[in-house]
Parts: sequence; C-alpha cells; structure tokens
Amino acid sequence: MENALNKQAVSDDLMILNMGPQHPSTHGVIRFVITGDGEVMQRAVPHVGYLHRGIEKLAEGLPYPSFVPFTDRVDYLAAMFANHGYAMAVERLLGIEVPRRAEYLRVIVSELNRIASHLIGVGAMAMDIGAFTPFLHGIREREKLNDIIEELCGARLTYNYIRVGGVSFDFPQGLDAKIRAFLDTFEPLMEEFDRLITVNEILVKRCANVAVIDAETAKSYGLVGPNLRGSGVDWDLRRDLPYSAYPDFEFNVCLGRGFRGTLGDAYDRFIVRVQEMQESVKIIRQALDGLPEGEIKGKLPRKLKPAKGEAYGAVESARGELGYHVISDGTDKPYRVKIRAGSFNATSIVEHASRGLMIADLVVLIASLDVIAPEIDR
Amino acid sequence: MVEEMNSPRVIEAGLEGGPGQGAVLWGKASYLLNLSRKHSLWYLLFATACCGIEMMQTGGPRTDLDRFGMVFRASPRQSDLMLVAGTITYKMADRVKLLYDQMAEPKYVIAMGSCASCGGLFQKSYSVLKGVDLIVPVDLYLPGCPPRPEALNDAMMKMQDIILSEDWRRKMTEKTEPRPQMGRGGILKRA
Amino acid sequence: MHFDEIVARLRERFGDLVGEADEPDPARPSLLPGVFVRADSVTDVCRFLHDEPAMAFEHLSCITGTDFKDSIHLAYVMTSYVHRQVIALKVKLDRDDPSIRTVEEIWATANWNEREIYDLLGVYFEGHSDLRRLLMPDDWVGHPLRKDYQEQPDYHEIPTTRENPLGKY
Ligand code: SF4
Repeated sequence: MENALNKQAVSDDLMILNMGPQHPSTHGVIRFVITGDGEVMQRAVPHVGYLHRGIEKLAEGLPYPSFVPFTDRVDYLAAMFANHGYAMAVERLLGIEVPRRAEYLRVIVSELNRIASHLIGVGAMAMDIGAFTPFLHGIREREKLNDIIEELCGARLTYNYIRVGGVSFDFPQGLDAKIRAFLDTFEPLMEEFDRLITVNEILVKRCANVAVIDAETAKSYGLVGPNLRGSGVDWDLRRDLPYSAYPDFEFNVCLGRGFRGTLGDAYDRFIVRVQEMQESVKIIRQALDGLPEGEIKGKLPRKLKPAKGEAYGAVESARGELGYHVISDGTDKPYRVKIRAGSFNATSIVEHASRGLMIADLVVLIASLDVIAPEIDR
Repeated sequence: MVEEMNSPRVIEAGLEGGPGQGAVLWGKASYLLNLSRKHSLWYLLFATACCGIEMMQTGGPRTDLDRFGMVFRASPRQSDLMLVAGTITYKMADRVKLLYDQMAEPKYVIAMGSCASCGGLFQKSYSVLKGVDLIVPVDLYLPGCPPRPEALNDAMMKMQDIILSEDWRRKMTEKTEPRPQMGRGGILKRA
Repeated sequence: MHFDEIVARLRERFGDLVGEADEPDPARPSLLPGVFVRADSVTDVCRFLHDEPAMAFEHLSCITGTDFKDSIHLAYVMTSYVHRQVIALKVKLDRDDPSIRTVEEIWATANWNEREIYDLLGVYFEGHSDLRRLLMPDDWVGHPLRKDYQEQPDYHEIPTTRENPLGKY
C-alpha cells in the first residue's frame, strides 16, 4: 500500500485522500486513492483485492458439480446468473442438452434475481447520494423476492439452484401464482418508485452530466451490461448471443439516450437499470405463460468427465457479461476456471472516468457503475 | 424488561409503579448503566462479503434492528459492536485490526457467518483468513452461510444479554490490557 | 465470419506466425474455438482482429492465463459486437521466464487483466504502463495460480491454517 502511495509523484499543492476499504459508499471492500487539487480530483486510483478469495484456484481441486456453490459467492446479489454461467460452460464442454422446462425455470429465476439486484443497485445509488428512503423501499421489495426464491430452493442469497444439466427443484405448487401476484404489485410500485426518486430533481441534478463515459471508451474498457448500454452501445447477450430460452421471449434492450444530459452519464446508467426491471417483469410473465411441462434435469452421467477442450459460457447478468472460461483436461475436475465479471471492468474504468470530477461525485460514479467487490476480486 | 429483572442474574433491581403512575426503576448503578448500554448498541457497518447483504436486510424494514436501539454507524469511533460480516482476506486483515483498535471501549465483536468464524467455504483458499479470532477477540460466533436475518437478530439479543450480565468497568479494564493469548496466539504485531 | 475463415485470413496475413487451430467437434458444437499464434506477434494479430471490419473484435472479454506445467498459455477471449461471435487467441509462453508484449493500446481493459495475470501467474508484460500486483498484497510471496504454488505457513504472523476442532475425535 505504502509503495503505491509513494509511487505517485505529488507536488506540494496536491492532496492525497484515501477512501476505503471500509467505506459505506464503496459497495464492498474497495479502496480508492484520490489525488485531488482541492475539490477536483486529478484521478482516483482503485485498489482492489481485499476480497480476493481464490475461487478460481479452489475450482481446480473440486469435481465439476461441486463447484456450483462457490459460484454463488462470485456475485451474491445475483447468484442465479453466476450459477447459470458456470452450468452453461460445463454443459457446452459436455455437449449436453438441457430440458426446455429447466431452461424456462432458469429464465424466470434469473429475471427475478435481476429485479432483486437492480433494486439494491438503484436503491444504494440513491442512498449514496443522500436519499435513504428509496433504499428501504428496495430492500422491502427484495425481501418479497427472497421469499419467493426461498420457497423454490431454500436459500435467500446463495441459491445453488441452477446446476449442471438443469435446475435443482421444480416449482412447488402455487408458486407461479405467487410470482404473478408479486409482479402485479411490483408494477404499480415501480411508478411510486419513479415518483420518489427517478424524476426527483435532486437526483437528476446530482447525476445528469456527471461521469460521462462515451461509447468508444466503454467498449475499450470492456464495460458490459447496463453500464455499456448506458453509453448507448446496443449489446445484450440475451438477444445478441442468445442462450437458454431467451430467443422465445419478446423484450426491449434499454439504452441510454442522454435522458437528462449527455449520453453515457450517471443518470443514463441509472435509468437503464430502472427500465430493465420493467423489461424483466415482461419476460417473467411470458415465461410463466409458456412454461412447458417435462423434466427439470437432463440426462447426466454419474461422474462428469468432459473430454479435453475449452468452453466459454457467458450470461447477461445484472452487471453484464458474466463469463466462465472452463478448460478441461479430461479428468473429473476442471483444469482451470477463469471467471470474467462485469464489475472488474467497471472498476478499472474509474481511474479514467474520475479525471476532473469533484470528490463528491466519485460516489455517484461508483454507485452508477453498480460494482460489487467479489466480482472484481473473485 | 420485567422479565429481565426477574432473571437470576440480576439481583436488587426492580420497577415500581405501573403504566400511567410514573414508574420508578431502581437497581445497582452498574445494572442501570448496562441497561442503557444494552439498548443503544451501535454497530459498525462493516460488510465485506455476502453476509453483509444479509446484515443490510436485517437492518431493513422486515427485521428492523432499529427497534432494539441498534443503528449502524459507518465510523468505528462511534460504534460499540463490530459485526464482522463476511470473508476476511489477508489483505484485509490488517485493516480489520486497525478498525477494531479505533473503536472505543467497551467494545464487542460478533463473527457473522462461517467465513468470519473459521474460514468457512474458503478454508482451503490461499488468501482467506481462517477465522477472525486470529486477529481480534470474538465475543459471539454466528454460524451459517449466510446466517438468516432472524439468526442475526437472535445473536444481537444474545449480545445484549452478555452486556447486561457483566460489570461494565471490568469489561473495560479487561480489554484495554494487552491480551496476548487471544485467539490462538495469532495476534498481529504492530510495528 | 466462420472460425475457419478467420483462421484462413490470419494465415494469409501472418503466414507461419499462426499455429494450430482447434478443429470443430461435432458432438460438442459450442466449444470455444481457439487459434495459437507466436507470442511475439500477439500485438499485430490483435490489432488486425480489432481493426479489420470483417472481424471487428472490439470487446476483449478476458485474458485467461493457465499454467500447463511445461508452459504457460494465455487465451485472449474476444467478442465481436458486429458479427456476434466469440473466439480465443492463444499464445504459449516459456514457463520459467514468461514474458509477452502488452495489448493495452488496443483494448484498455487489458491493463487490469494483465496485472491480474502478472499477479497470479507471474507473467511479465513488456511495455505495460503500470505493472503491479492487482489482487494480492504487494508483499505476497509467489504466484498462487501456478500449479506448484506453495502456501506460506503465515502471513504477517497470522497463521494460514486452523486446526480442525473435530480432528482429535
Ligand atoms: S459465510 Fe458464506 S455467505 Fe457469509 S461471507 Fe462467507 S461465503 Fe459469504
């Protein structure tokens, strides 16, 4: 840490400010070393690794199916996607098909999870700006979603639900009605939420024209998901590299348009998340309507032993492309698992995007990128 | 509160008068002090990993820790209780110790989740601290991966019991003295 | 563009700098196709893949470093927004003294990816603007993702093991 500080050549009138790793607005244990000229930052250098748990190395010592619980911990706000990406990579490696019903269930739970994650994302952003109430609204709705998912798989946070070859449990009786009931109450609540925060003048003033990331930079830094779409790049894995049952559904890909300012500012990224929740509601309704009957788990050999080869399974998680690059050497354990997660790139852009921002706007930048520490550090 | 008074631990304390009559609470000074400490337990918002999300939800509308007089503080200097919620890595370990040292006495630590208690799921990992008791003394271990909000709630109430049952002055002196034997000898040497 | 055509274009342009390419496996159609190139040509090939409109691999998904005991492989997994395609470009490095040019100028995200590989695998990236450890502490010993990595008994005097309380029963 000290060397990092010393390395930066500092002239007398510059100030160095440390933020994190224990800071409520850094969304987990991330540290920023800010070099500032008064209130204006020259740059904020992110220091990560405070939550590096060595998940990739642990994968090398575990049989293929046993690694699924660890993937939950890669993204604990949206663990379904983390399960899904890994399951998909291993399925590609094995060359097996997943039953239709399982694919539909995967889509339903993933989209529920996307709502849950975005609720925290937008709520926490509002909280960082100073509005505490929206966060509590978000948490309240998230609890309802947690109940639904708990009824399905018994866990509130670390689901371990999407397994290699299918899913672990079928819908219990009556859950489908509960999900519909939730969606029916959720949609009007979205409007309430909009009135509360989305068009709130203070939020708009704090976010509009702040931390603008243009499309070229976003692509170069490998931004994904709502952050990329907030910059106006029309790319969504669900539509463009379709996987699972997504080709069956109609939905819009929400893009930033410079709603209240410049294209690619913090407000655009915020709005994209809010709109994506509405799209998720649409997808869940379609999936519930068209839910096919059948098996929930494909035919798997007792011991998973994929032949030599490499597969890359990526899903559009709440934070964008969450990919697993799995390399098999023909044994029952993966030779290497590389996890590619959206927050990693989103954090790496902070140094670039923070140039010339006010220090108080750094939290807006971080919150609008919706980063989460375990995805960066794994 | 009346139940607490009837518990065998608490002697010589009582409540006289009923609702609407201007009640008088009497007891030993240490008991009364503990009672007030117990009902204003401020915890350090220290969420490192998944357990931190459950901690947030515990503070949220459903479980609502506020009704126990517990509010989160973002600064260690204002908090009485450190909830270590989540995995602690070696890179983070120094900072945890630093945060603990900054808290004012008397202070308490809850190790929330299996990661904080013993390394949990990541026991075989090269970079994860195998239990936060190797660097700071822990008062309460809360198992689970992650523990449910109800469990955390229960742990908080147990913490209140601990606070109520001890002499606050003794607690202070005990902890300000160096405790080299804490954990299993894994105390951090400060340069 | 089909993967075979990409490889053909690469061979046409770079000749024998391009090594073996993966054959499609009919039983497993959606494996990640990869092609090896010589390590010293990586920037040229990446620049070509990025700029050529017929390829337009504008998105570097990740760089996967793997220790294969006799050599270290890097796989540049890249995505084309326009052509909706994912491929891997691979290089083989000497295990004892792995070093390669950085591709930071082509994709800015390579900066952190390469730092991570430097940290966890000990690969040196020539020309990198800021090659420091990314995830592990600065004073960490060794590169954890190497297959022969040995854990130290303690870090800053904290033991790295914990005895199993059930061990004695
Ligand atoms: S105990 Fe489980 S839920 Fe809690 S931080 Fe550790 S892995 Fe995450």
